[in-house]
Amino acid sequence: MNEFWIILTASIVAINAALLGCFLLLRKMSMVGDAISHAVLPGIVVAYYLSGDKTSILLLIGATLTGVLTSYLITFLSKKARIQGDASIGITYTLLFAVGMIMISTWLKGNVDIDMECVLYGDVALINLDKIIIDGNLYIGPRAFYVEIIAFAIIIVSLLWGYKGFKILSFNEDYAQSLGIRTGRWHYFLMTLVSLTTVVAFEVVGAILVVGFLIVPPATAQLLTNRLPFMLIVAALVGIVSAIGGYYLAVWLNVSITAAMIVVSGLIFSLAFIYVRFRERLGNKSVTEHLPI
Amino acid sequence: MQTFIDFISFKDPNVLYVVLGMFFINGSSAMIGTFAFLRKRALIGDAIAHALLPGICLGFMFSGDKNILYLFLGAFATGWISTYLVDYIVNQSKIKQDAAIGIVLSVFFALGIVLLTYIQNAGYSNHGGLNLFLFGQAAAIGKSELWIFAVIFITILLLIILFYKGFTTVAFNADFAKAIGLPVKTIEFLLTSLTVLSIASGIQALGVVLMSALIVTPAAAARFWTNKLPKMLGIAVLFSVFSGFIGAFVSYSESGTPTGPWVVMILSLITLLSFIFSTKRGILARYLQARNNKLKIRHENILKAIYQYHERIGRQVRLDQKLSATDILGIRIFDTSELQKGLRRLIRNDYIRKTEDRYQLTEIGAKESKRIVRLHRLWEQYLLKRTTIDTYHVHSGAEAIEHILSPEIEAELKRELGIEGIPEEDF
Repeated sequence: MNEFWIILTASIVAINAALLGCFLLLRKMSMVGDAISHAVLPGIVVAYYLSGDKTSILLLIGATLTGVLTSYLITFLSKKARIQGDASIGITYTLLFAVGMIMISTWLKGNVDIDMECVLYGDVALINLDKIIIDGNLYIGPRAFYVEIIAFAIIIVSLLWGYKGFKILSFNEDYAQSLGIRTGRWHYFLMTLVSLTTVVAFEVVGAILVVGFLIVPPATAQLLTNRLPFMLIVAALVGIVSAIGGYYLAVWLNVSITAAMIVVSGLIFSLAFIYVRFRERLGNKSVTEHLPI
Repeated sequence: MQTFIDFISFKDPNVLYVVLGMFFINGSSAMIGTFAFLRKRALIGDAIAHALLPGICLGFMFSGDKNILYLFLGAFATGWISTYLVDYIVNQSKIKQDAAIGIVLSVFFALGIVLLTYIQNAGYSNHGGLNLFLFGQAAAIGKSELWIFAVIFITILLLIILFYKGFTTVAFNADFAKAIGLPVKTIEFLLTSLTVLSIASGIQALGVVLMSALIVTPAAAARFWTNKLPKMLGIAVLFSVFSGFIGAFVSYSESGTPTGPWVVMILSLITLLSFIFSTKRGILARYLQARNNKLKIRHENILKAIYQYHERIGRQVRLDQKLSATDILGIRIFDTSELQKGLRRLIRNDYIRKTEDRYQLTEIGAKESKRIVRLHRLWEQYLLKRTTIDTYHVHSGAEAIEHILSPEIEAELKRELGIEGIPEEDF
């Protein structure tokens, strides 16, 4: 039963990240996702310090806000300070991560709930320690699963409601602006969703490995299809397959489950890459010449 | 104070190791980071840093021991492969560079974690220190590591001096470098190898995440202060080494806090201060510049309006009329409070004198107002006679350019048009 819940929870993490990752990828902002996932650390630590509870809603909000702040800081550095884009990403997230590390080493010394290794790669096997039991003995699944399900619902509703907005933002921001669409709002809406995803995924897969789910499945999907709806579906599927495959790989080798999931997604990416290269060699180039629509 | 004296006198040999270690690590990464920054490959450092982890684990598995040489070779190999893969993915598919960096970074890192947990669970003895590479621990720098860091630092320094021209040309314009026959492939190979080397040397002290700060941040901070590459290299190294020193001290005095995060904090603080206070590209300098320009334009417009008032009543030769603020507003529309502020400042600068709510040009004020009108009309004349711009658009062009025409251009225009004095308005 534990196995089932682990795979299910990890799959939902993977789907959440894959869906949002597609939009990040199309906006050429994948590394902003990477930065956000590192930079939520100080937010998590502060909120945890204040509330003393890893499950509090305050933690969720605090950390999500840090993520949004990160994306704001990156924009600020590149627009106002005129530091080139990639450098402003590098500066922002290393700074915030350093702040988080210092906070952990001073405030939360010897704390068992948040330590640096859990920050980096989480431990999906531990989710079963935190169960939701109703009526005294009816076990309905780990808490993390329900947190992920709620996040999943929020993301699905947001994407369905704002599909057009996100789509036009991803493909032609200038055009969107000329139509009078407030691209800034859509941008920060997307960033909020990304922060939320990384924060809720934090205890399941850790801050760094969630980047793998944000980037690798969407990139695989981008190789294989040129249409946004398919890209979203393929990315989610790649995420699910990685979660399932990674789990069994990890059990077989007795290694970190989350890391194994990302390794499997990397393998799927490699296979897709080779397949596309092979198809191109055969002369069927038209498929990859067009950008996805 | 006592702690600082203890620190600086290196009573504890470990402090000396840490300080020297930070010196070599920060020095080499700042130098190589400057080139990475200029090549717009700042985030590659991030990918390399994460990709070193599986190499370190493989090196450990091969040697069965924490032999620094094996670990280093492994790290160097996977670090190198990761940059190669990023370029390969970008060149061979439609995936963009940042996504390619993200893919390589996360998959290599995950592979590293898989290997690390494998080592931990598969009964290797003596694997204790391997997870140091995740977050880094500057305090763990020992004598043998110090030698390696020093050798890397000197190698990088020598190679940069030796291949300075090649590195610079490739960093600024690789296509041009290719066109003039430089061996671009070799130079890029060398640069990549040096980048991997410098990151590999720092990974133990800083950890995989923070190491990329040592590559990106010093260069970004130095960029605020200079446009010259040699200076930029020097400033980047200075900033980085300084932060290393202060970071080591803070972590020494606040024992228990790690060195790496403090180094990064101080480095970021320096960048922030540079961004605010830099005399060249700082936000304060830019703001002052913009404000001065705005004031200058406002003052010149007021003086021009006063001249035009005299012209309207036919006294432009003497320019001695006393006029009220309303008279000026009758010529040109100003925001009233801005006009008042402008007039006050013009009085302070002795361009205008004020008697009982009436304003009159002083001698230099009269001269200045003539100069501006002359520039405006010269430019109008020039546009009318030498270009095909429509008469209606001539005025607005002159309105903007009159504030920035230099005396040299003025002389040129006069010669070109054969005009002395102030041209008449002719439209």
